[in-house]
Amino acid sequence: MGLLLHMSQTLDSISLNELVEIAAIANNAIAPKLTEMGLTKGQKIKAIFKAPFGDPIAYEINGNIISMRKEEAMQVEVQMA
Amino acid sequence: MKIALFGNPNTGKSTIFNMLTGLRQQVGNFPGVTVDKKKGSIKTAQGQHQLTDFPGTYSIFARSLDEQVVKEVLGNPLHPDYPDAIIYVADAANLERNLLFFSQLYDLGFPILLVLNMWDRAQQKGLDIQLDLLQNNFPAAAVVTANARVSLGKDRIIKALDQLQSGARTAFHDHDFQTLQTDAEQTRNSDDRLQKIRSLQLVAAAKHKTANQSTRLDRILTHRIYGYLIFSAILLIIFQFIFSFASIPMDFIDGQFVHLSSWSAAHLPDGLLSKLLTQGLIPGIGGVLVFVPQIAILFFFIALLEESGYLSRVVFIMDRLMRPFGLNGKSVVPLLSSVACAIPGIMSARTISDWKERLITILVAPFMSCSARIPVYTLLISLVIPKIYIGGILSLQGLVLFGLYLLGIIFALGTALLLKLLVKSRTPGFHLMELPDYKTPRLTNVGFTVFEKVKVFVFDAGKIIVAISIILWALATYGPSSRQQALDNLHQTQSYTFATTAKQQELDNALLLSESYIGHFGKWMEPAIAPLGYDWKIGIALLSSFAAREVFVGSLATIYAVGDDSSTQKRLIEKLKEEKNDHGQTTYSLATGASLLVFYVFAMQCMATLAVVKRETNSWKWPLLQLGFMGVIAYLSAFLVYQLLV
Repeated sequence: MGLLLHMSQTLDSISLNELVEIAAIANNAIAPKLTEMGLTKGQKIKAIFKAPFGDPIAYEINGNIISMRKEEAMQVEVQMA
Repeated sequence: MKIALFGNPNTGKSTIFNMLTGLRQQVGNFPGVTVDKKKGSIKTAQGQHQLTDFPGTYSIFARSLDEQVVKEVLGNPLHPDYPDAIIYVADAANLERNLLFFSQLYDLGFPILLVLNMWDRAQQKGLDIQLDLLQNNFPAAAVVTANARVSLGKDRIIKALDQLQSGARTAFHDHDFQTLQTDAEQTRNSDDRLQKIRSLQLVAAAKHKTANQSTRLDRILTHRIYGYLIFSAILLIIFQFIFSFASIPMDFIDGQFVHLSSWSAAHLPDGLLSKLLTQGLIPGIGGVLVFVPQIAILFFFIALLEESGYLSRVVFIMDRLMRPFGLNGKSVVPLLSSVACAIPGIMSARTISDWKERLITILVAPFMSCSARIPVYTLLISLVIPKIYIGGILSLQGLVLFGLYLLGIIFALGTALLLKLLVKSRTPGFHLMELPDYKTPRLTNVGFTVFEKVKVFVFDAGKIIVAISIILWALATYGPSSRQQALDNLHQTQSYTFATTAKQQELDNALLLSESYIGHFGKWMEPAIAPLGYDWKIGIALLSSFAAREVFVGSLATIYAVGDDSSTQKRLIEKLKEEKNDHGQTTYSLATGASLLVFYVFAMQCMATLAVVKRETNSWKWPLLQLGFMGVIAYLSAFLVYQLLV
């Protein structure tokens, strides 16, 4: 059970309206941009709607709606809030 | 004093700019790059200041072209746009994230004014912003609140500008972040700043908002069926306006210029200068202004959609569809605009931050059938496509017209796919963007956009179109000395002697054109276009299309000596139908007509577009490449169509 709780997912795979917490952001070219948009460790985020074909996905963070492609969301590691 | 306007996207920054500067704005580019720079002036008690609007960015760490400009200007005190002071516009309803970029600018030491815009929305959301606390943490900054959408806060901003503090200050975080190079260092710096800002607890009721109306609306507008249906319906309405209703002002403008041209021909003394005026300059300017209604209508709708927040949802639902072609959700607007005119379309590709996606969008945009092609399409379709109805209702002519548009779209996407594989990427592209809340569009902002786009079209594209028109006019008006001999020969023929004066005039014009420089050029290139089913007369019309495609129709009218009046189109069609080639066959057969139609779908025949592509890509390489590949596609497909049908 303890293992399961700590198992992490990336942001692209969470289901709609599931509130999660950002655990880490992969270190690559898009990381500074994600951070500037307010995606930092410990912030709560949830997917609120998806584009047709499931990509991009719109997330709510701090009352903002941010649209991310799946490959971008994949750079964000999350855990259950 | 040089004042710069900075802020995140979607903070109402341009509304603030419009509010502060009014209509006296200059739109240009930052030196060496194609990033919009708007300038205006503001008057405070201490005097006149120059205000420059910078692109909306989230920080000074650069990934896109927009951010690069911000970084370069701020990193170089010798840069002509380096500001003496900064106005920073923040969305009060979104304060913490907006303060990240602000804190960077603060730490660079600029005298700075923080404008908390959209103050009303922050209050509606129940956010209690601790202004004193904010001021205590940024003691050297001035802070004012505003609500630019209802023109609130202008006086406060102007007053505060005279009291900005300069000189050394304690950094909010650190002074040296500008030198950070790696992704990891930049990320850590931004992360630390954000943590620090959040720890201040500036916003008391920072509760998590629940899914609001916006989200409910979004579920419909981005739905996999309704989303596309609604977008299609909106497009249908826009195109209805562009193609049907715009013809009223267009016909009016056209009529006025024909009138002006004949009036000045009648009243000016006969001579070279008046000929240049009546046959070169006036029709040239008319040929530019006639497109203004369509461009104004198109940008009215685009600005309306953008202001409302809907356009970013279009980008959202189109992104996945466009990506396989190397395009971006943001390519939709440039490609759609190109249906009116590729020039504003190509310019609106500036919103695409990724260079490769932007370049591909620019290169394929002219494949979209623009409104200058319509007169050519209509003429040729009524000439060679029979007026029959399939199943009694579906017009074959209408179907062919639709097919031509479709052909353009298919080739735009196909070429994009090819370019995706060929063009090397400078930077990795990303989509990451904010979906702003829905708002009622502000008509003044919409008006500014329409005014700006029309201005750019008329002055930038217009001067090229007019210049080319005059060059082509000169080539068509003058000819080698052998021309006089040909004219004398014509005058001695029986058919000429017995013709009416009007007919004689038309025959003279036809001969003068065929013996002019452009006529000789047309004959010289005839062997090259013969395999496509064209003779030298069509060659002349093709060449003259380089000013603007619709000139094709006017050139044919002159070549075939049908006068210039309201019945021209009908008479031209009759005349063209009778036209026979050397073998006694109809010149404008189905094969030749279809070949011409296909040629016009593909060929890059617009100098103004080429010039704009050069400007937008900063190199002649891309427009020349475009001219080349579009020409090759046009030639080969016209050849194929002609050979298959003949």
